[in-house]
Amino acid sequence: MHMADALLSPAVGTTMLAGTLGTVAYCSRKLRENVDEKMIPVMGVTGAFLFAAQMINFTIPGTGSSGHLGGGMLLAVLLGPHAAFLVMASVLTVQALFFADGGLLALGSNVWNLGVYPCFIAYPLIYRPLTRNDGSSGKITIASIVGVVTGLQLGAFSVVLQTVLSGRSELPFVTFLLMMLPIHLAIGLVEGFVTAGVIGYVKAARPEILESVEQSRPLPARVRVKRVAIVFLGVAIVAGGTLSWFASSNPDGLEWSIEKVMGKQELSKQEGRVASVLESVQEKTALLPDYDFRKPAGAQEGAEAGEPESSWPAGKPGRSASGIVGSFLVLGAVLCIGFVVKALRRKQEG
Amino acid sequence: MTMAFDREYFHLGVLDLLSRRDTCVHRLDPRTKVIATLLFIVTVVSFPKYEIMGLLPFLLFPVLVFGLGDIPVWLILKKVLLVSPFAAFIGIFNPVFDTEPMVTVSGIAVSGGWISFLSVMLRFLLTMTSVLLLIATTSFPGICHALRRLGMPELFTSQLLFLYRYLFVLVEEGMRMVRARDMRSFRGKGQDVRVFVSLVGTLFLRTMERAERIYHAMLSRGFTGSMRFVRTVRFRATDLALLAAVAAVLYAFRVYDIVGAVGRQTERMF
Repeated sequence: MHMADALLSPAVGTTMLAGTLGTVAYCSRKLRENVDEKMIPVMGVTGAFLFAAQMINFTIPGTGSSGHLGGGMLLAVLLGPHAAFLVMASVLTVQALFFADGGLLALGSNVWNLGVYPCFIAYPLIYRPLTRNDGSSGKITIASIVGVVTGLQLGAFSVVLQTVLSGRSELPFVTFLLMMLPIHLAIGLVEGFVTAGVIGYVKAARPEILESVEQSRPLPARVRVKRVAIVFLGVAIVAGGTLSWFASSNPDGLEWSIEKVMGKQELSKQEGRVASVLESVQEKTALLPDYDFRKPAGAQEGAEAGEPESSWPAGKPGRSASGIVGSFLVLGAVLCIGFVVKALRRKQEG
Repeated sequence: MTMAFDREYFHLGVLDLLSRRDTCVHRLDPRTKVIATLLFIVTVVSFPKYEIMGLLPFLLFPVLVFGLGDIPVWLILKKVLLVSPFAAFIGIFNPVFDTEPMVTVSGIAVSGGWISFLSVMLRFLLTMTSVLLLIATTSFPGICHALRRLGMPELFTSQLLFLYRYLFVLVEEGMRMVRARDMRSFRGKGQDVRVFVSLVGTLFLRTMERAERIYHAMLSRGFTGSMRFVRTVRFRATDLALLAAVAAVLYAFRVYDIVGAVGRQTERMF
């Protein structure tokens, strides 16, 4: 369920990226305060481990299909939430760069969806309270299943929300939600079970690893939950405010970001002036003359096409015809440039 | 299954090898390339839903990088086609929900849904190609370095470098385990969750032991918590000029209807 660049609008993409970068900074500072530099190799190698573990698959009982590990919750239990979040962010970065899973802008959304929910909601609010008194294997199983399911459901909900707010997909909110949530419920049940298994395995073989995680942050649970909740509320309000404002006013994405940088009114004035200047330049150079073109080709094609029910206003069919001609020419030109550059390079190399 | 495993591993290695070439694109400061890629993606993504023609000129950027950076086109395109189909899977619902005819192409009415689906796929092609080209022309350590210089926390970039260094080691270890399991499993036996759990558990314990050994080895060589770079790439005037040029061209492509202008101009000529 990697979010993709192609489905994002700039506003949603950059908001999520900002949220993720903020969380990365917060976690790094937290870790610098609390633990020694030994954590750096441990985190790095654990990220590589998660990569390898995700490549190992298993058959899901009863279905014959195969699943693999997501890992956010597992890492939160084995390393603590701050380190786990950074490791998840790293693994997703490598996936985005080498396997083009999602893309660079969508990286923000992906780290948020797959990292923040398991590490900062499911782990502190569900897993820790459920296993606080004793860590029997039954409790660990229940806690990890509930935790993983919650994390994944929130992540799936987030994917739907980001897609719908971006407005590139026509899928209605509820339909999309009904597609995503059940699938991720099933995935969550299996992954929760597997996560519990691995935690149990590590606990049996090297209990000190889990104990050190629990002891390295001796803050009482209440304080931590409160603090996390406050941070969360803040982030949610900021993100929600930005998003809803954006969704309601719904300006063009790039303009939105430019407005953000330059201030609203200044831009519209400036842009108007620049546009009028450029327009007059265009008129003079006649590369982009008037809007319509002379009758013959376009009008004939439009008449041939002759479809009355089109919502396309009169005269526009011509525009679409010229658009297609232009598309092929531009594509051809781009390819030609590519070949020329390649040929020149070859020549240069001898 | 093992095949898929080997293939992914192979792809990691190929991109790493490509990133060590020495062309004018490879020689640029990694920061320049990271910023330019982000600008490119944001501009492409900023087009409204039904845009197709406006996106076409943007193909010039990947084409130039392919040519100047000497990157094999098919290798990257194959990877783009193989990656996660999420965008296509979601986009294909557009024609289902948006059936209003929008344009007629030689007598056939095309619905808005198909237009926006095509637009999503075009965005997909452009954004995915640009990311793969970024890593193929900039080494991963180079990108980590760029992120550090752009203000990412040092702890994050240091462990990202560790991740990359040990990725190949651990993936090979995981591959050995999978191979061993597959050789001992008949008719699908031994592929279940129980075996998986102990495989992953063992891999984790080995990983922790390895991390400890690495840490001690690094301590004895003077590790103080930060990774140092020997090769220093400087942000030169050419980088700045290139960034400015990229931004200007991106803006022009975003604002002007180049395809429409070319089309009208051609029709005027004939």
